[in-house]
Amino acid sequence: MSSAIPYTVEPRPDTGLNNVKIGIWLFLASEVMLFGALFASYILLRVGAPTWPHGREYLDVPLATINTLVLISSSVTMVMAWASLMRKQFGRFRLFMGGTVLLGFVFLCIKYVEYTTKFHHHLFPSSNTFLAIYFTLTGLHALHVIGGMVVNSYLWFSGGKMWRKHPQQFTNRVEAAGLFWHFVDLVWIFLFPVLYLL
Amino acid sequence: MVQVETHDQSPERSGQPAAPHGGEGHGGHGEDLSFWRKYVFSVDHKVIGIQYTITGFLFLFFGFCLMLLMRWELAHPGQPLPVIGGLLGASRMPGGVMLPEFYNQLGAMHGTIMVFLGVVPLAFGGFGNYVVPLQIGAPDMAFPRLNMMSYWVYFVGGLIMLASFFAPGGSAQSGWTSYPPLAIINPTGQTVWLIGMVFLITSSLLGSVNFITTIVQLRAPGLTWMRLPFFVWSQLVTAFLLLLAFPPLEAASVMQLMDRVGGTSFFLPSGLVVGGAVLSKVSGGGSPILWQHLFWFLAHPEVYVLILPALGIVAEIVANNTRKPLWGYKSMVYSVLAIGFLSFIVWAHHMFLTGMGTVMNTFFQTTTMIISIPSVIILTCLVLSLWGGAIRFTVPMLFALAFLPMFGIGGLTGLPLGLSAADIQLHDTYYVIGHFHYVVAPGTIFALFAGIYYWFPKATGRKMSTWLGHLHFWPSFVCMNLIFFPMFIQGLHGMQRRLWDGGASYEHAQSTLYLHELIMVAAWTMAVFQLPFVFNFFWSMWKGKKVGDNPWHATTIEWQAPSPPPHGNFAHALAVHRGPYEYSVPGAAEDFTPQTAPAGATGPGGPAGPGAEPVPAE
Repeated sequence: MSSAIPYTVEPRPDTGLNNVKIGIWLFLASEVMLFGALFASYILLRVGAPTWPHGREYLDVPLATINTLVLISSSVTMVMAWASLMRKQFGRFRLFMGGTVLLGFVFLCIKYVEYTTKFHHHLFPSSNTFLAIYFTLTGLHALHVIGGMVVNSYLWFSGGKMWRKHPQQFTNRVEAAGLFWHFVDLVWIFLFPVLYLL
Repeated sequence: MVQVETHDQSPERSGQPAAPHGGEGHGGHGEDLSFWRKYVFSVDHKVIGIQYTITGFLFLFFGFCLMLLMRWELAHPGQPLPVIGGLLGASRMPGGVMLPEFYNQLGAMHGTIMVFLGVVPLAFGGFGNYVVPLQIGAPDMAFPRLNMMSYWVYFVGGLIMLASFFAPGGSAQSGWTSYPPLAIINPTGQTVWLIGMVFLITSSLLGSVNFITTIVQLRAPGLTWMRLPFFVWSQLVTAFLLLLAFPPLEAASVMQLMDRVGGTSFFLPSGLVVGGAVLSKVSGGGSPILWQHLFWFLAHPEVYVLILPALGIVAEIVANNTRKPLWGYKSMVYSVLAIGFLSFIVWAHHMFLTGMGTVMNTFFQTTTMIISIPSVIILTCLVLSLWGGAIRFTVPMLFALAFLPMFGIGGLTGLPLGLSAADIQLHDTYYVIGHFHYVVAPGTIFALFAGIYYWFPKATGRKMSTWLGHLHFWPSFVCMNLIFFPMFIQGLHGMQRRLWDGGASYEHAQSTLYLHELIMVAAWTMAVFQLPFVFNFFWSMWKGKKVGDNPWHATTIEWQAPSPPPHGNFAHALAVHRGPYEYSVPGAAEDFTPQTAPAGATGPGGPAGPGAEPVPAE
């Protein structure tokens, strides 16, 4: 019996899934619990507070709206990157994956501008509970964006070799990275109204 | 090449052509590995399992030593501890007398180390890693490199925890629960604790993703869900608990870290008075109760993380040593699933004294009563499995048999704690300590010992000494009860836990103070009687009696692999034809029918069955 691990690439007939896809969905389930706990904490702290500021009193809503569009666009390019691989068009994959990484970078730049503006106005996590939860949630989200960009860049740079040798496995990896990237996008879709608009 | 170190005469194994190891997409599984890749940075689930086991035992022993120091202090408050006391330095035990701050550090670190660095890594990382892939007939875990990473992240987290003893002001001292506001205003050690926890949580997360994927995807052909050994079920549910319950604590740890380092006030209320002065440098507005909710949302499922693998181990050993199928296997499987779901909605029974209100209390005491039902079903099934069995009193079986009543005591004494009216009296007393220690110490840890004695021949090809096993078991069994039973008496008299002087300054504790001496003597005696185990473990590794692949005549699949199993585990393709516990099947030639025996076969048809005719390779 070979010691190669089965179902790393091809799906197991009775579950219909390969190992990577189950793994990434389980990981995302735990991420839901992580951000779920933070959102629950936000609700509890807000309900318990005598007053709570409107997000726009502290935060730059137009800038965040642009950022939301940037991140949604990056999700679209991510899907296109995966779809290109499914159509065996590696060149187009390079293009769309590069776009995804670039848009992630734009998101972080805008976030950096937002953060530094707050610091210039002497607004820190320690200033009040609203800013504490703002910095913690968006900071943790930014870390996830960085993590996703690292993976996407890796797939962009070293993808060619793997694509030639194991195209199916490479496509699966891009799909898994895409699922993570969409999740990060989804978290922001919740963060934006909760912090900026409500 | 298949490295078979046993004297197995199975023709198709010796005649088997070289199995190609080191498949693609499975980095580093070749045979010609350097020492470092083979034993240190290994991706083989068996090596990682052994790494987890040994590291876990070292931490268990270390945590136990912390408790021995505390026990001296409780029995002899303010008196110098001979010899050892002088070695621990003036900042901890000046002149050999323990400082109250150091007692608090020991208490916090004993709990943290025992739970997060000892029992969970041993039960889940150690036994789970080693046994689960073998029991489901898989060549390895689904993600071997993730598996290695999970161990090393745990290892680093452990080192960080140990290093916290040398932080200015010592280690964490707010209990393993790290309750704010004290946890936020305490010295640096608490920050180190939080960073360590983030590592340990990450490690558990990687492990749980790996376990679930492995169990779902890598079961051998024919190994349907209801043919899984109960141990695999218990590990699957444990993995789900770790996967979903730990992230909220990670979130809470990040927030507490922000409170300590970033100056936020997630858990600090406004106008907090510390040392007679209002804490002025914080913005306030936070809620200490929020931490308790987030912490216990993890920590109650964590209780089941501690106990479910133990129940799994005991189930395997009971079936094997009674020579009959588990009584009510399906009820046990459904019960363990029910426990998994319910354990997420009982957490606030740890918080009856926070003033949540009667509605919340009623909800959580109701769910708590409900979750006791599946737990009792599992225990009852295990006890009923003994009925009419031809019990073999092997060393693993002795530990498993001792587990049953002692886990029962631990479970039943928990019922009054789950009812808010009774809990108001008993909360924070030694009764609570007695209760949960009966679950995890004579409960889980005895099951873990049982598992070591049971699977040792699989991992090494040798059996541990029975005589030394008895020398380990009987005194440990007596001492465990002498340590923990008096705590119920102390607690019912109202003796508070977490007191540096053991309650010597409290009027109502006076009548039971004498029990501290008994507990201390029993604890130190138990420490001595762990030495036969340590010696037995290492001695048997090289000098133990050599045994075949299936020394216990067991039915589950791991016993079809060579002992110790090589890379890739099994020498030939497996197919599973029957349930996990077909012992004493009427009409069978032997009293056990391996899961791999073809349908219709009435004897041990697997190649490892002694005296069996060789069967054609699948």
